[in-house]
Formats: sequence, structure tokens, C-alpha cells
Amino acid sequence: MEVANQECMDSEDFTLGKTVICRETQIKTLLALFGQRCHMTPGSIFVYGHTGTGKSLVIQSMMRHYKLPHIFINCVECSSLRFLVEEILNNLPLQDVSNSEVDADADDMNPDNENFVRCEDLTDFVRTLKSLVSDNELGKETLYIVLDKAERLRSTNPVLLPALLRLQELSGLNICTILISEIVWEKFRTGTGFCEPYCLNFPDYTRNELMEIMVLDCPATCEPELYSLYVNMVLSVFHMVCRDLRELRHIARLNFDYFIDPVKTEECAPSNTRKLWKNVEPHLKKALKSVYLREVSSRQWELMQQAELADGDASQAVVALPRAHVELPFYSKFLLIAAYLASYNPLKCDRRFFAKYSGKKSRRMAKLLKKNERASNHLLGPKTFPIDRMMAIFYSIIDGKVVPSAHIYVQISSLVSLHLLSQVGGDDKISAPKYKCLVTLDFIRNIARTVQFDIMRYLYDFL
Amino acid sequence: SVFDPLQEVQQILRRRISQTNCPPSICGYEKERKQLHDLIKRTAVMGESNSLLLIGPRGCGKSMLIQNVLEDVYQEEKIKQDLLLVKLNGLLQSDDRIALREITRQLQLENTVGDKVFGSFAETLQFLLEALKKGDESSKPIVFVLEEFDLFAQHKNQTLLYNLFDISQSAQAPICVIGITCRLDVVELLEKRVKSRFSHRQIYLFNKLTLTQYRRLCFDYLSLPGDFPDKSFAKNWNSNIEVMLDEVAVKDVLERQFSLMNDVRGLLSLLTYPVCNISAAHPTITASDLITSFKLISTDTKSAMLHGVSILELAIIIAMKHLTDIYEGEPFNFEMVYSEYLKFARHRSGMQVYEKAIVMK
Repeated sequence: MEVANQECMDSEDFTLGKTVICRETQIKTLLALFGQRCHMTPGSIFVYGHTGTGKSLVIQSMMRHYKLPHIFINCVECSSLRFLVEEILNNLPLQDVSNSEVDADADDMNPDNENFVRCEDLTDFVRTLKSLVSDNELGKETLYIVLDKAERLRSTNPVLLPALLRLQELSGLNICTILISEIVWEKFRTGTGFCEPYCLNFPDYTRNELMEIMVLDCPATCEPELYSLYVNMVLSVFHMVCRDLRELRHIARLNFDYFIDPVKTEECAPSNTRKLWKNVEPHLKKALKSVYLREVSSRQWELMQQAELADGDASQAVVALPRAHVELPFYSKFLLIAAYLASYNPLKCDRRFFAKYSGKKSRRMAKLLKKNERASNHLLGPKTFPIDRMMAIFYSIIDGKVVPSAHIYVQISSLVSLHLLSQVGGDDKISAPKYKCLVTLDFIRNIARTVQFDIMRYLYDFL
Repeated sequence: SVFDPLQEVQQILRRRISQTNCPPSICGYEKERKQLHDLIKRTAVMGESNSLLLIGPRGCGKSMLIQNVLEDVYQEEKIKQDLLLVKLNGLLQSDDRIALREITRQLQLENTVGDKVFGSFAETLQFLLEALKKGDESSKPIVFVLEEFDLFAQHKNQTLLYNLFDISQSAQAPICVIGITCRLDVVELLEKRVKSRFSHRQIYLFNKLTLTQYRRLCFDYLSLPGDFPDKSFAKNWNSNIEVMLDEVAVKDVLERQFSLMNDVRGLLSLLTYPVCNISAAHPTITASDLITSFKLISTDTKSAMLHGVSILELAIIIAMKHLTDIYEGEPFNFEMVYSEYLKFARHRSGMQVYEKAIVMK
């Protein structure tokens, strides 16, 4: 223990053996709060920050680096109170401290095991915890219970979170509960309130820090300067949109082959920054539109990249995947178009659009139109319409005579089951059902193009 | 081993700021303390049954007061032998069955073996009631302390509360039921039959600290006790703290924290960082520690989070702000925000215009 303390004091660089960088102040504060092993710590600490700011990483590697007795639990896995407390009780780091000869997995998560501690309520939990912890060495040190994704705790048992926060008081043991979350503490408060934890913020990485971290995973075949140049390029495209470190690293790894290719084939020297940038920039912009949105999977992207490199034929190799493309029967298409028109057009202008001999649009009407732009239906979303209106529009837009047979009505219900339409107010199925159209403008334009129907002419918003 | 005063200081101060603390001094509450003391004493000595509610906001020292009074009462040897204490917490004993088991366990009655309690809920209840009813004024008095009393009032039919209050009303075993809660309307939560059995004796605790008392309390928390082994070190330390608390900056910080929260918990969270920061390299608490600590705990969490969003996200937030300003707080959806963003990005700035799907993400 003395050695550990000494080490704790000596490591002035606060980088935990260089595994965690750019987090010196946070580590320093946490170390101060933890103090030495035998010290009391604050009862609960709440750590918050955005995704990919190294919250879990810092705490986990601190625990490991200083060999503190701890339990790390992801609250997503432990959905109920019982799972959570059994997980805590069964994974107490007792073996490591007291008798190390017992193999670690003997007390594993196997409920048939006789060592498995069963526990159904918090009373039992606190009692068992007391008896387990105070028996051995663990009682003399601070025990850390780290709960990752703590926002899930709010939706489980309402007494769980308050109880965990005052676990130190309830059990009388030296326990520190650490909550990690992406949500600010104000959103956790409920009911009559509880013991407030000590809140600690993990700020986002600045651009330079992002650079510094991303340069770390430079491939062995590449010089660090070249790689940092590349990271800089990636950041200049993606930093405006995305600050999530994990995403950025993923993107950087995927596109690196493309960047390094001209250097490998000796088309241009590593020092020719301008040419490299010219080369990689359109590629990265394309990646922003496809890989970043996960429209093409990473694997497909790599394959495309290889094909592209082999052909030498840029940009043509990749055909932008249509975001939504569905093959529908002919009448279904018209039904869908009719539904779309019924959803997005106001009732009062149906006559003007679809009756054969309607008068011209009066000037007063046009003025009225422009006046309330806010009421534009494409912004507000689809409106409901009765089936009669949809059928009326359907018959007026389709050429030729269509018999209102069972097939047509079946097609409507199949559109509903495809989630292209939805039935609103499902109280009355037969007499007068009401529907809503759920497709986007792009989708309906594609459909209308296949049947040579100019939908824009009929839409009220685009006159 | 060599005695290290600094180690000892850390031990003492850290224990004070942790949750299992007993404060170095109690200020205020003299009247309430006396009332409580008398009540428990009467139960213990004369065998009188009582019920009482202790009401006050979070962190005003309700549990601390009870703890303190009980310790005081226990100092008499005879009472210590006779008086039994049962502590229940509404957080842990979340229904009556668990609470009953816990009572039997804490009273160490016959149907317990070791830690285990046998029998079903009905059996345990019957057994417990019989055991309590058989007693008269000569049997051992019991003090029930119910923390988070409002949670007990949410149990089904309030069976436990009914039975406890019933026993305290009728001449059976002498018990004293003390409820601790932070809800002012807690009596309204009780059922009529339960309420009629409750003695309506309530003690309200409020934070009545003044700023001078607050500063005094701060000194009490940071100073070393009289029985500290190294006398000269303690004297030095205490005078150091005194000097530090007189500094203008520290006074200012304390005043601001006081105006935010005037309870002890607020003070403790303020003191957490300075106390934890004591180390060999940094052996005293300085004014700058307190100032840093105040900065740490008073950061606006939402603006801290806002600092971490990307530029595109920020642009979207600004667009939303526009929408709420223009349409006076009417709800809006993604399409409206996107069109607002487009208006801005196309006309007003040289900013890159992103596709809808990217903005959506």
C-alpha cells in the first residue's frame, strides 16, 4: 500500500502511464477527491460530458493504474434493481484482496454456483454488502462503485438512485459511488430530492487535443508528420459537423488508404501538401455524405475504395445510393400519390386542382397564399384525410376507367402495412377510416417520375 | 511508524465532509433538542408511548439531531441497557414485508436465527403484534426511527404505520415512533384512521443560520479538535484557518455560497475540494483553494455542455432560438428548423450548406 501511495504521489505527469492524454486537470481533481486508500472520500461523484470525451476511459484506467478496489457496471446491462445489486455483490473485488488463490471465475455470473449471492431488495443488499466488505481487507480501503450510463437509473426503481447516492451513509462503509452520464445533473432530480453528489464536468476536446489524440493511432508504415497532416485534413472537413472522437477516428482509419495511395505509387512526394489535399478533399467530402450517415457500410466503402484505386477512375465508380427506393404496383403508385396530395394540400383548393373546369386563381387568393408562410404544410407535416377524399383525387388523376374493385382497397391496406400510409384514429375501420401519408417529398417525386406524373404542379405549397 | 500530522489532518477532515459525519458542533436547535431529549427520556424511563414527526428541508440536520440526542440519552447506563432502537429507512424498506423482517431482525426476536427471519408476512406481523401487546409499562421501551417517513406513507394500506401508531396509542409496550421527513404536507398523506392515532406532535427544523454563524461553522469544520495529538501543529493549523477565513476573497465566496444555499450540505460541497487538495506538496488550505472550489461547484452545467457541441449543432440551436423568438414559444419540428437554417446558411454566411441527412444526424 505504501508503494502505491508513493507512486501516486510521484506520478506528477498525471497521464497514467501515457495511456490517457489531454485530461490532466480532470485526473488531478479526481485523484485529489479519491485521496489515499484509507481515506474517506465524498459519498458520490457525478461525472458528465459529451460522448467521446474520455469519461469512462479516465475512470477505468485510473482504477486500473492505481489498483483501486472497484466495480465497473454498465447500467444498460443491469436493467432492474435486482440485476444491479446482484451484479455488484457478486463482482466485489474481494478475491483480489483477501485470498488470491481462489480462481477468479469461480464466483462468476453463474446462478447455479453456491457462492452466488442472491438479493432481492435493497435492505438485503446493504446488509450483505456490510457483512461482505467489513469481513476482510476491503473494509479498510475505499470501495468504488462505478456506474456507467447512469441516466438509465432514472427509469428503474425510484428509490434506487437516492439509495445509491447515500450508500455511504446507509451502510456506514467507506464507499464512493461514481456516476457517469451524458446528461446534466439537473435532469436527474426527482421527487423530494436526495443527497447531492459532487459534480464534475469533462469538457470537450479542443481541435488541437483531437489532433494530438488521433495522431496516436498512426500506422507503423507511415511517418508521424505525414499522418498528422492527414489528420489535419480530416479534421478540416469533419470538425464543423462532428466532434465525437470515436467517429472521427473511424473515419480517419477508413479513408487513410486513399490518402496514402499517391505517396505509395510515387505520384507525388510526401512534402507536396497541396497536391495531397487536392487529391483527398473530394473523397472526404463524399465520405461525409455516405459513410458518416452509414448509408454505405464501412466494408462496402473499403471495397469501393479499393475498386476505385484499381481503376484509377474517380467518382464515377461510386453511384450514390438512392436513399429510398421501393418497387410498387401501378395503381399503388397512384394511390400513394393521391394520398400524398390529400395529406399536404388544403381541402379548399381540391376543387381548383382536380375539377375539370375551375376558374383561374384569383388575385386575392394568391395574396392570401403568400401571407401565412408558416402554415406551409410541408413544414407542419401531413394532415389526416378521409378515404373518400383520397379516392376522389385518385380518380381525377388517373387516366382511363378504373373499377373500384377489392384489389384497390386491398392495395390501400397493404400500403398501410408497408408503413407508407398510416391509419389515424383506429376506432372505425370500415365506415370512414382516416389516413395520413408518411412518405417524404423526394420519395413521392421519384414515384411520380416513374409514372410520368408532374406532382409539383398539384402541390399547393409549390405554386 | 512515524506520526504524520498531515495524514491525521486529512483523516479527520475527510471524515467530516463524508456522509457518515457527525459534525463538530451543533448550532441552533436548542429548543428542539430539548423537546426531543425529553420525549425519548420519558419513553425510556417512565414507559410512556409517543409519536412525533421531525420535518425540515433536506440537509438541515434532522438525522444528525436524532443521532445526537440518542447518544446523549444513552449515556445513562440503565437506559443503555433497557432502551431498544429500531432504525428503518423508507429507501431500503420499500414495502411492509421487508420492513417487518427488518424490525424482527433488529429486535432479535425468537423467530430469528442469525440474520434470517422465518415465517410469512402474516405470521411475522401477528407474532410481532403479540409480542408488543403482551408487554405493559414494565417491558423494555423501544424507539422506532423512521427515516424518509413519506415513503412509508406510500405503502399499501399503511399497515405498518397503522400498527405502530395503534400500539403507541393503546397501553401496550412503550414505544416511541419518530418519523423524519422533508415533506411539509406529510400529515395529509396519512389515512384517516392512521392520522387519528398519530399524536400530531411535530417539530419543524429550518435553516436559521446567519452569515456569521455560517462562517463560524466553516471554521468549526476546518479546524482541528482539542484532542489532536500534536498540539503545536493543531494550534498552528487553527490559526492559519482563522487568518484564511478573514481574507476578503474568502468572505466573498462564503457569502455567495450562503446566498445560493444556506444549509450545511452546501458548505460541505464547497469544502470538499479544498480538503481533498491537502497533500504533502500543498500542506495548508488557502484562499485560492476555496475560490477554485466555488468555481467548480457553481459552473453552469448546461453552458458547459453547450461548449462541447459542434458548429453545425450550434447553428441549429440558433435556428431553434429564432423560431421560438418569432413564433413565441410554439412547438416546432425538424423541417422548420432546417428551413430556418437554410435561410441563414444560404444568405447570411459563407458557411458550408450541409445536406438534410447530415443535419438530421
